Amino acid sequence: MKTYDAIVVGAGHNGLTTAAFLAKAGLNVVCVEKNDYIGGAAVSRNLHEDWIYSNCSYVCSLLRPEIYRALELHRHGLQVTPFGGSLTFMQNGDYYGSYHDPEVAYRERARFSRRDADAYERYRSDTMRQCRIIRDFLLSTPPDPTSFRPKDLLGLLRIGRKFLEVGEDRIYETIRFWTMSVAEYLDEYFETDVIKAAMSGSGIIGTALGIHSPGTAYVLLHHYMGDVDGNVGSWGFARGGMGAVSNAIAGAFQSYGGELRTQAGVDRIIVRNGKAQGVGLENGDELSANIVVSAMDVKRTFLQCMDRSDVDADFYTRVENFKIRGSSGKLNIALDGLPTFPALPEGSSLHISDMHFIDSMERMERAYDDWKAGTWSKDPYIDMVIPTTVDPTMAPPGKHFMSCFIQYCPYQVEGRDWTDREREAFAKTVIQQIANYSPDFKDLIVHYEVRTPADIEAQIGITEGNIFHGELTMDQLLFNRPVPGYAQYRSPVAGLYMCGSSTHPGGGVMAAPGANAAREILADLKRPNTVPENFGDD
Amino acid sequence: MTDRYDAIVIGAGHNGLVCSALLAKAGRRVLVLEANERVGGAAITREFADGYSVSACAHLLYQLQPKVQKELGLSTTFASEAMQTIALSQDGRHVRYASGKVSGVSDADVSSYRQFHRQMTRFAELLNTYLNTTPPRLGTSEFRDLATLARLGFDLRRLGRDEMQTFLRLVGINIHDEVTERFESPLLRGALSFDAVLGTHLGPRSPNTIMTYLYRLAGGHGRLSVPRGGMGSLAEDLARAARDAGATIRTGTPVRRIVVENGRAAGVETAAGERFESFTIVSNVDPKRTIMELVGARHVETGFTRRIDNIRMRGNAAKLHLALDGLPAITGLAKAEFGERLVIAPDEHYVECAFNPAKYGESSPQPVVEMTFPSFRDAALAPTGRHVMSCVVQYAPCALKGGWTDAARQAFEKACIETIARYAPGIESRIKASELLTPADIEREFHITGGHWHHGELALDQFMFVRPVCGAAQYRMPLDGLYLCGAGAHPGGGVSGAAGRNAARFILREQSA
Repeated sequence: MKTYDAIVVGAGHNGLTTAAFLAKAGLNVVCVEKNDYIGGAAVSRNLHEDWIYSNCSYVCSLLRPEIYRALELHRHGLQVTPFGGSLTFMQNGDYYGSYHDPEVAYRERARFSRRDADAYERYRSDTMRQCRIIRDFLLSTPPDPTSFRPKDLLGLLRIGRKFLEVGEDRIYETIRFWTMSVAEYLDEYFETDVIKAAMSGSGIIGTALGIHSPGTAYVLLHHYMGDVDGNVGSWGFARGGMGAVSNAIAGAFQSYGGELRTQAGVDRIIVRNGKAQGVGLENGDELSANIVVSAMDVKRTFLQCMDRSDVDADFYTRVENFKIRGSSGKLNIALDGLPTFPALPEGSSLHISDMHFIDSMERMERAYDDWKAGTWSKDPYIDMVIPTTVDPTMAPPGKHFMSCFIQYCPYQVEGRDWTDREREAFAKTVIQQIANYSPDFKDLIVHYEVRTPADIEAQIGITEGNIFHGELTMDQLLFNRPVPGYAQYRSPVAGLYMCGSSTHPGGGVMAAPGANAAREILADLKRPNTVPENFGDD
Repeated sequence: MTDRYDAIVIGAGHNGLVCSALLAKAGRRVLVLEANERVGGAAITREFADGYSVSACAHLLYQLQPKVQKELGLSTTFASEAMQTIALSQDGRHVRYASGKVSGVSDADVSSYRQFHRQMTRFAELLNTYLNTTPPRLGTSEFRDLATLARLGFDLRRLGRDEMQTFLRLVGINIHDEVTERFESPLLRGALSFDAVLGTHLGPRSPNTIMTYLYRLAGGHGRLSVPRGGMGSLAEDLARAARDAGATIRTGTPVRRIVVENGRAAGVETAAGERFESFTIVSNVDPKRTIMELVGARHVETGFTRRIDNIRMRGNAAKLHLALDGLPAITGLAKAEFGERLVIAPDEHYVECAFNPAKYGESSPQPVVEMTFPSFRDAALAPTGRHVMSCVVQYAPCALKGGWTDAARQAFEKACIETIARYAPGIESRIKASELLTPADIEREFHITGGHWHHGELALDQFMFVRPVCGAAQYRMPLDGLYLCGAGAHPGGGVSGAAGRNAARFILREQSA
């Protein structure tokens, strides 16, 4: 039986990040992965001939620059190419584009409403102010409001001060922002349906909530608080697909002497008299270590890889009640060429952009009603990108890879498992939605991969295939994430830590949970901290 | 002619009356101006059909603050108290619950409901202490604000570690997840979901519906009662208290505008052109109407008017009044139980589905219904042997697509009666007269924008520190001498009197300082 200082379960980007920082601190670390490839949901896969699919996450923005620098990811081959603009096709044949160039963007909005064009600057600065508040807490461990330890009281004080220093009116705005729905938030600025619809998408991506559900305004931040080369809110493609992110972190990990084991699925986490002792692999092997870090979601960790008796009943029920719901699917498509979109003018920069097909708030919300009724949206919200327009390495010359993220798609259909027929019907729904705006699209499809939440769960292991490892609702944020009293990456079991997206600050290819977990572990081991501090903004 | 008062209260709704009574008790010379012919605002009893009277808007008393009753020495008598809620089932196997006790469900549900109720009332009590105080301002260095905040923090921690964790988790969460986690019985889940979304533009799945549920429990622990003679008699009682204290109440005197002189409120002008002067104008009218119509946007800065304009107050609850020539037969319901609160909400999904159309400006084809038979315990409300049925029906959005045309009204009334008839077969034949009050009608009759009970959606982003809007949560509007005392101010609606009482206390404190 091989012995390590620490075992990290799951080679997703967070697991690898924790592993890397622990190895950097001189620990003897192994990272075990059930699949024969690493990356978890940040992965590039060669599923059809010479096409490379980012078949889970598909754009890069949230990855914390502090981590990028600290792990020298550029040296391990990570290159993020910014890409411009987004686009919403309208049923009346028109379209609404959002451009990076503020002048162009203003003119475009003014085409629909001068009032909205003017309101945008107010919207942008108000929203960015909220971003800055939250960004400061991404690379820090949430304090426990029920504890009296100086560390926690100081943490609370820090949040309190950060919260109060913005001034009385701003405080109230912050309270409202955190509690209101994205629809109502947008209503306060804009009047044009399509403009609101285009923006509201960011409030519901990956969540089992509708645009009218209170709390969704906050989810906007999870799509705004990222940056590429310090441009807050901008997005980019990882060259070679999202796997490049995981591979670069893995490269760093190995350069610090870490050991990576694929096809090493963990069958159980070994706990003896309240202490983590190691893991038992599916192939029967046992690895021993006094530190076990789970990058799996909290449900899979405690409900599937441990004995009920390992944790107290109260904790167990709280984990059971943790909300982690399948609400989004994916369709990854290999294309024989670039589809044309007649609605777009020749040579418009929007041909290379993030495309959407829902042009009204009502259609957005109705998509959610379908999910509530237990089926996929018949008129779904699709976030469609063609990375090969800026990154030729992902497909043969002249060919393209298209990634479609679909909201909403349930984990089960009306309480039953998905049938192949339903998976096909789901794919057809999505393809038709796009074909409505691109006559030649269907003929260009050479291969596609359907990913329902159930498929993602089966392949990646995330419960219900939830991209955030748990809903981003107020009851599951900050000191409540994943479970009140255990938001500091430790678990009720000594030596067992959590570093996945179920922990603060949650999902997205951000690597912050992984880094925060590493910091806490190193603190417990009284080792020098290798995890960088927040850069902070402006 | 002009006449000077220490304070003029616009609107004799229950909050306006409570506020004026307390101001008058403190020796102020108070004038109350009410647009309608009778006092009470949305808390009135009126005839809707020959010989049939009903509490026209609010019809159940949830949380009349004990402090209000004590301070004003109210002598209201009750026709029914500590009413049960009966969640109706078509097969007659109803679920009955009141103050922590439930019957007609599994033993598991009985105990988890007891536990649920204990926990919720505990949180509701905590909430209640803050419903009865002016919310502190945040980010100031005022001792009073900091003290209140410190107390809030202390009270939270005093819950104990586990309870505090639960509270912090629950306050933002939705009722749907809680009831599905806790209870087996669909009827119980449905009824509790309905309790949480009553009078709001929310469905059981909407986050922060636990908060609205707690709000309902605050004050009376969810105990239900109906004053003898309907809500109107409570209003009359409050008016009497105000008059006894020396306040002058003039009904049938709509106010056209609040007179602004040298950048401050200086009086009011009635529709008839009369002018009354006072440097303290207290508005029981909803915040939108108060600022946008009575004051006029030009007298307050744009940031504030924008916020006021953004207040969400889309009413969704309609009232349906039926004059019956006798009690209908309801499967599995004992005669005595017609005095209780009957609810049609078969399960949480039904309630959610009823809500869905409201999001798109459509009324529910299958509405959720809260029924009472006020005349059952209070014969005076109907001719002998006859009965009055008072229902709250959801969802009927105020701004209905295409408007509340006669066709739309008939369609919705039909949907309601069909739904009720599924539980009370043959009720159609007993209906002698009916009245449907859509939120649009409520807006017209009671002058509440959007016909919203709470004068503004009861949601976390419009609650406590930010109710009615940022920077005006202390009853003082950003126009010198203008105050808000209605449901639009903290804490919100429901016939509780809390807003009126808090406002009065704030005004007195401010003016004595």
